[in-house]
Amino acid sequence: MSRIQVPIGPQHPALKEPENFTLTLEGEVVVDALARIGYNHRGIEKACEQRTYSRCVYLLERICGICSHSHTTCFVQAVEEIMGLEVPPRALYIRTIVAELERIHSHLLWLGVAGHEVGFDTFFMYTWRDRELVMDLLELISGNRVNYAINNIGGVRRDLGPEAAEGILRALPVLEERTRYYQHVATNDSTFLARLQGVGVIPYQQAVDLCAVGPLARASGVDADVRRDEPYAAYGEIPFNVITHTGGDNLARAVVRVGELYESIGMLRYCVEHLPDGPIAVRPRRRVGPGEAISRYEAPRGEDIHYVRANGSDRPDRVKVRAPTLANLPTIMQALRGVHLADVPITLASIDPCFSCTDRLVRLAPAGGGDGKVWTWAQLRDYGIRWYGGKPDGWR
Amino acid sequence: MGLWQRLVRWARVKSPWILHFNSGACNACDIEVLAALCPRFDVERLGMLLKGSPRHADVLVCTGPVTRQVARRLRRIYAQIPAPRFVLAVGTCAASGGVFRGCYNVLGGVDEAIPVDMYVPGCPPRPDAIIHGAAQLLAALARSGESAAGQPYAGTARGAAGGGATAPGGRAPAGDGQPAGDSEGRVAP
Repeated sequence: MSRIQVPIGPQHPALKEPENFTLTLEGEVVVDALARIGYNHRGIEKACEQRTYSRCVYLLERICGICSHSHTTCFVQAVEEIMGLEVPPRALYIRTIVAELERIHSHLLWLGVAGHEVGFDTFFMYTWRDRELVMDLLELISGNRVNYAINNIGGVRRDLGPEAAEGILRALPVLEERTRYYQHVATNDSTFLARLQGVGVIPYQQAVDLCAVGPLARASGVDADVRRDEPYAAYGEIPFNVITHTGGDNLARAVVRVGELYESIGMLRYCVEHLPDGPIAVRPRRRVGPGEAISRYEAPRGEDIHYVRANGSDRPDRVKVRAPTLANLPTIMQALRGVHLADVPITLASIDPCFSCTDRLVRLAPAGGGDGKVWTWAQLRDYGIRWYGGKPDGWR
Repeated sequence: MGLWQRLVRWARVKSPWILHFNSGACNACDIEVLAALCPRFDVERLGMLLKGSPRHADVLVCTGPVTRQVARRLRRIYAQIPAPRFVLAVGTCAASGGVFRGCYNVLGGVDEAIPVDMYVPGCPPRPDAIIHGAAQLLAALARSGESAAGQPYAGTARGAAGGGATAPGGRAPAGDGQPAGDSEGRVAP
């Protein structure tokens, strides 16, 4: 049978962000998939080198608006490690509370998008309505619905007052009841099952080989979660379960995320009830290092890694971000092979892709070498202008 | 104004279908645009319906700074929207480049690439603010019936090189080479 190529993106109803996928089809079945990323590349890592550490926090928050707390926490943890700062326990608990609220809002958002991708828009409207409860809580705690900016180097910016604590405890039973309903829909609704079950299967060994992270890996039976394996913030003290599933298909990913909603609700309850007293921040020095640190964080989409190198000045020497979607892309390109074209949107969405996180600069240098050239800001800028300036309009 | 024009204007104001495009945003504005479409805020009250194809849309809701890689696609998508077309720039980045202004791969705000009719500032703007911006756009539309950015867009020409489009304030959309910072391209801290 002859093969045809179908381009998806940069603008496509199935994609919420600009990214390009080239699918090779044989009839209705995808035989090859290729991702072309970089549409969202803004040059944040380089921009960090121009900013002081406290300003970097606000810039890195804007890597991604959905998991903004993940990136700031990951960064401040690395900087705190270089500085040797002892963060007060109350600040760690508040970070954990915001992190789990963020996970709930992100997973609810994903459930809605999954519903939308399989043509179940009522589900989308339901989850997004309930998500507003979480957004209200985040606004109550931090002052903003998205981009909470709760983290500072050395602690958090705002205390959690009795009003916010009460608000969380009041909202949790409602969220729990709604989660039960979503679990019922995800595991019983015949249209939902027909679209998700057995689609985009990734077996355990493949998930391990391709270094999948987060709910994608856990849905293939990989029992890995940074919160448990290498506890940060207050996770060492909080009881919770790591949700895994052996299905490996799109349905398993939905079930894992619904399960994580329950766990997050339980963790939030524990955090609010066991919130320690004390200060919420320590004052950091302006200059950091010299030194370097790697920080790991379990974002809603999987393991987020930040590397920070400090040279003793008030600006970082190098910041490197490895976001979970980048780690998951090879796996999902594999999962796309063999699915029908109509199942491509939901299979792509099943990793909860976040391309604004993904589009960092990655340079693959040959092992044991490389020219070791470092480009300055101005050189990079000139290169970008030259590269995109000289291309004809239809260039892809 | 004749009856036909009045009828067309009425229809245009009552059913502005939107296309949402992320030109390099961090997703924050995008989820707030979607939240504005959802039951709590429900911008569909104003007749706004989210569409998947630029060819079905009247209003381009654009979020985020324009990255160099996406600029050309943005112009192409804008050209695919049937005239008269309107652009709502959501978020501080879409207005000016925001925190990313001066980054090596960022062209600047949306008006560096295509003409913009209405700006909604905020990082990200609340859904209420987005609805307010949309309502303002519709009010302006009801008054004049024309795109505030005025001129028909030159289409496939790169930037405004072919002449034609002018952003509000008389500033011509820049080509790719406009530096936002000092001579080294560095923005003052």
